[in-house]
Amino acid sequence: MTAIVVFIDQVDAPGKLHPIHHQLLTLARGAGEPVAVVAGPVGAELAAELGSYGVARVVHSGQAELADYLVAPKAELVAQAAAAVSAAAVLVDNSPQGKEIAARVGVALNAGVITDAVGVSNDGGALVAHKSVLAGSWTVDARATTAVSVISVKAHSVDAAPAPGAAVAAVERLEVAFSPASLGARITKRTPRESSGRPELEDARIVVAGGRGLDGDFGPVEELADVLGAAVGASRAATDAGWISHAAQVGQTGKKVSPQLYISVGISGAIQQKAGMQTSKVIVAVNKDSESPVFEIADFGIVGDLFKVLPQAVEEIKRRRA
Amino acid sequence: MENSALNIVVLVKYVPDTQFDRHLTGESHRLDRNESILSELDEYALEAALALADARGGAKAGNTVTALTLGPAAAAAAVKKSLQIGATSGVHVSDDALAGSDASATSLALAAAVRTLGPVDLVITGMSSTDGETSIVPAQLAARLGLPQVTFASSLELDGTTVTARRDGDDVSEEVQAQLPALVSVTDQANEPRYPNFKGILAAKKKKVVTLSLSDIGVEAGAVGSAGSLTRVTAAAERPARTAGTIVTDTGDAGIALVDFLAAQKLI
Ligand SMILES: Cc1cc2nc3c(=O)[nH]c(=O)nc-3n(C[C@H](O)[C@H](O)[C@H](O)COP(=O)(O)OP(=O)(O)OC[C@H]3O[C@@H](n4cnc5c(N)ncnc54)[C@H](O)[C@@H]3O)c2cc1C
Ligand SMILES: Nc1ncnc2c1ncn2[C@@H]1O[C@H](COP(=O)(O)O)[C@@H](O)[C@H]1O
Repeated sequence: MTAIVVFIDQVDAPGKLHPIHHQLLTLARGAGEPVAVVAGPVGAELAAELGSYGVARVVHSGQAELADYLVAPKAELVAQAAAAVSAAAVLVDNSPQGKEIAARVGVALNAGVITDAVGVSNDGGALVAHKSVLAGSWTVDARATTAVSVISVKAHSVDAAPAPGAAVAAVERLEVAFSPASLGARITKRTPRESSGRPELEDARIVVAGGRGLDGDFGPVEELADVLGAAVGASRAATDAGWISHAAQVGQTGKKVSPQLYISVGISGAIQQKAGMQTSKVIVAVNKDSESPVFEIADFGIVGDLFKVLPQAVEEIKRRRA
Repeated sequence: MENSALNIVVLVKYVPDTQFDRHLTGESHRLDRNESILSELDEYALEAALALADARGGAKAGNTVTALTLGPAAAAAAVKKSLQIGATSGVHVSDDALAGSDASATSLALAAAVRTLGPVDLVITGMSSTDGETSIVPAQLAARLGLPQVTFASSLELDGTTVTARRDGDDVSEEVQAQLPALVSVTDQANEPRYPNFKGILAAKKKKVVTLSLSDIGVEAGAVGSAGSLTRVTAAAERPARTAGTIVTDTGDAGIALVDFLAAQKLI
């Protein structure tokens, strides 16, 4: 069977797999033999979790350069590991770092790179990536024409499932030969962000997003999000104003989300905002201006004052659950 | 060396205006490039370059900001706009054989073009093109040029020959440092782009734009375009446009109507 490399970053948060890794391993299993390439330590717990997803072969490096310099050393690890196991494909997550690792692995292996895949299928041994382009207005199928395909995959491209029979993961250490040029951008400080305790935007089934209409008070949006178990998003106007972390921004230069339900509150619906949310299954909009462009794409729209509509909806949900 | 003049190359892409409907056409599903403009996100790269040059005395002190684009004949407009905003010169890489280049072929040709420009202190790019939206050209360019990669900078400083950037991730915010020469990509958080003014528009008329063909940058036709690309788009379909659904005006119970809607859709 052909080896399919899945990159797993354990540098910042070692010990466990992230849901995206479960998804990537599930995809890899459908395409060949999954090989986990791990930056950072591989403890017994992680090895067992990898085994349960069908990984028999783990290649890892804990070299300090992987943590000390931006992106390039991790890309060299992945490229050298992929060459060592003669991989037919490399799958990485679609974070900025994931895409950049894909980009550099493409250069190192002279391999075609496809980013932002929302699905990957196997066409007689060749991987076909499905992606949505032009701010979600088109969908395309793309494939690499090279011996190796490098694909960065968005969350929820597949339902993750453990392997029918667990494998025993054999862990090999790889001594990466770093090129001097890859040790040029040093990470001199790391400041962890505070966690909101709410679901992450890209993982959430429901997103409630607020804009300039909130006028500095995200309370109504957070209360609705919490009764729905939703993630909180925002327009750039709201993040630029400092009402909420930039990490919550949805849109062209923020997160691109496609949840089951997106509730847009006090957001006008500019093209750059739509670019991050118009592939959502169901869109609900609350805005006091009936002319707002967001109503052109809303499945259910309420022309009204968010400070009245949202608290009433929260009360009603609580009442029905009581 | 502390305050020596800088040679900066800014990569600007000519892209279809996102305000209009955009389409893929033809057998190889290429983007229809009518109604195009200088990519909005590359204005942040240009601003970053101009601010660094200004801090060292601008063009008068010998700092250069070269706007470089790769694209069809009409892409010269992106370079011209950059000159009006303040770039000191422009380079347009244009060749029929480049049509249909993917990110890999594009970064290969851009790297060759940068090499022909002589010693460069900084290559500055946008965070993403607004058409391809891949964010992979900057990383590939850094790899091909052997430059430190300082990407997704939401703030940027230059002290002597040390660049310092902040890169905001979901879990951590990182401070990244590199020595010149380096490649930097900036986000839309990095600055507030300036607009061209009347003086700038007049001054741009006297500035030089050099057009380079593939042979000028020493790249074979087969290494770029469809022939040199390492990916293919095999199918494309326009997503049916979203249509407006039910719109109600609040008369006092819209919050309850909202919950009814969510319940009917089995979302709660
Ligand atoms: C390069 C670039 C990149 C960008 N990237 C992004 C991006 O990623 N994401 C993004 O969102 N934007 C982005 N933008 C900005 C975008 O163009 C808009 O400016 C922004 O989305 C507007 O945010 P908003 O809808 O919250 O504010 P506004 O457009 O000001 O809209 C506020 C809305 O709130 C409504 N409102 C006010 N009070 C109430 C109330 N009490 N009850 C109900 N409704 C109320 C108003 O009717 C109005 O429609 C980008 C812009 C540029 C130039
Ligand atoms: N054809 C091009 N000409 C000039 N710059 C480009 C071109 N393609 C990409 N770039 C630069 O690379 C950045 C990222 O583009 P991309 O990888 O396509 O998302 C852009 O913001 C530009 O600065």
